[in-house]
Amino acid sequence: MRTKIILLICLVFILIWPAIQLYQHRHFQIPIVAGPGVTRVTKLSHYLPALKGTMADTWIFWLEGQESGGKALILGNSHANEPEGMLAALVVIENGLVERGTLLVIPQFNHSASRATRPGDGYPLYFNIDTKWGKKKFRMGNREASPLDQWPDPDVYLHYPDKQLLSFLDARNVNRTWPGRPKGLLMEQVTYAAMELIRQEKVDLVIDIHGAETMFPVTNCIVAPEKSAKLATMVSLTVKATEKFDNHVEPSPPKFRGLSHREIGDYSDAMPFLLEAPIPFLDQPTGPKTEKFLLDGKDPFLLRLSRKNKLFVPYDETGWPIDKRVGQHLSVTLEILRQYSRRTPERSIIIHNVPRYAEVVEKGVGYYFQDPSQVRRDRIYLN
Amino acid sequence: MAKFIMITYYLLTAFIATLFFWNFWQEKKKIDRQILYLLVLIPLLLRLLRIK
Ligand SMILES: [Zn+2]
Repeated sequence: MRTKIILLICLVFILIWPAIQLYQHRHFQIPIVAGPGVTRVTKLSHYLPALKGTMADTWIFWLEGQESGGKALILGNSHANEPEGMLAALVVIENGLVERGTLLVIPQFNHSASRATRPGDGYPLYFNIDTKWGKKKFRMGNREASPLDQWPDPDVYLHYPDKQLLSFLDARNVNRTWPGRPKGLLMEQVTYAAMELIRQEKVDLVIDIHGAETMFPVTNCIVAPEKSAKLATMVSLTVKATEKFDNHVEPSPPKFRGLSHREIGDYSDAMPFLLEAPIPFLDQPTGPKTEKFLLDGKDPFLLRLSRKNKLFVPYDETGWPIDKRVGQHLSVTLEILRQYSRRTPERSIIIHNVPRYAEVVEKGVGYYFQDPSQVRRDRIYLN
Repeated sequence: MAKFIMITYYLLTAFIATLFFWNFWQEKKKIDRQILYLLVLIPLLLRLLRIK
C-alpha cells in the first residue's frame, strides 16, 4: 500500500512537470505586428464558419494597394516545423508596402500544428530570433496538426476526392488534405476554407512556403504544376543569374494527390507554387535537434554525408542558416510576383520594402521584426 | 460523424486507463509490474486531460 502511494505520487510528479511545459507551449502567443502596409486582418473562418472557435482558425493579413490589380496568397507554416515559411511571411506582413494589387498572407496556415510538438524527436519547444531590440520568441511546431484538435487518426488516410490511399499521419497534414471539403476532417476544412478564399477573392497566385531535408531530392526548389511551370522556370533562372543562388524547378506530379501545388491549380484558377529551402534540422541522421541546429543548420554528420555526395544540396561548415533560407524564399516570392506582373500587367501586384536574399543574409531576418512593446496595441495580433 | 468517432475514442481511452489503474491497484507483490502499469498510463492520461 505504501509503495503504491509513493509510486502514485511519482506518477503525478512526472505527469505534471512535462504537462505544464506542453500546456504553456500550446497556449504561448506570438505577437505579430501588422506593418504599415496591412490594411485589414480577417480570419480564415470567414470562408468556412465551422472553423470559428477551433484551434485551426487563423489570421489572414491583407496588404491592399491603392490601385486594384491581381491578388497573391502567401502561406507560411503549412508545416509548422519548417519555420522559414512563417518567418518569410512575417517579414512581408511587418514591412511590405503594396502599391498595386493585393497580397494576402497567412503566416500560420496549420495553426493547430504550430501549437503541437513532435513526439520522440526531442524538438525544442521554442526558438528565438535575434533582433535589434532583443530576442523574438516563437513556438516550434510540428508537421501535423495536434491530435488534440483532430483525433483519432484513421488506419489509412483516404484522400478526398481522389480516394488515393495515404499514410494515416497525413490526415493531419494540410499539405495532403487539399482541396478539402466543408464537412470533412478539421484539416480538410482548413484547406477547403483556403480554397474558398482563393476562389471567392479570385486569387491569381498562391505561394506555399516550406523547408525540406537536404537528403530529400525535392529541396532547394520551386514545385510547380504545368500551369505555373513557365513562370517558375523564369523565376529560377532569374534568381540564379542575378542573386547567385540555386532554386531549380520540380514538376508537380499529377498522380500525387492532396498537395497544394497540385490541387490548388486543379480546383481553382490560381497558379500555385511550393517553395522549398533546405532545412538540415529535418534530416534524420543528425546530432541532437537543438534550437541552435534549427537556426544555423550546422551538423557534423551531414557534413560527412555531404563529402560522400549523399546530399542533394551543397553543404559545408557554414551549414544552412535561417537567414539564407528566409532570404531565398523572399527573393523567389518577390520574383514570382514581378514576373507575373510583367506577363499580366492588368493583374499586376507591385510591392515595395520587402528585403531580398542578399539583404536578409547580411542583416539577419530579425532585423525586419519590430519591437511589439513599441507598437500600438491595435496593430498587434496574437497568433 | 468525426465528432462521434472522437468521443468514442476518448471513452475507449478512459476505459483502458481505468483498466491499467485497476491492474496497478490489484498488483500486490511485483513492484516492476506496478511501475509498468503506471508508465503505460501516462500517455492515456495526457490525452484524457487534453495536454498532448
Ligand atoms: Zn513542408
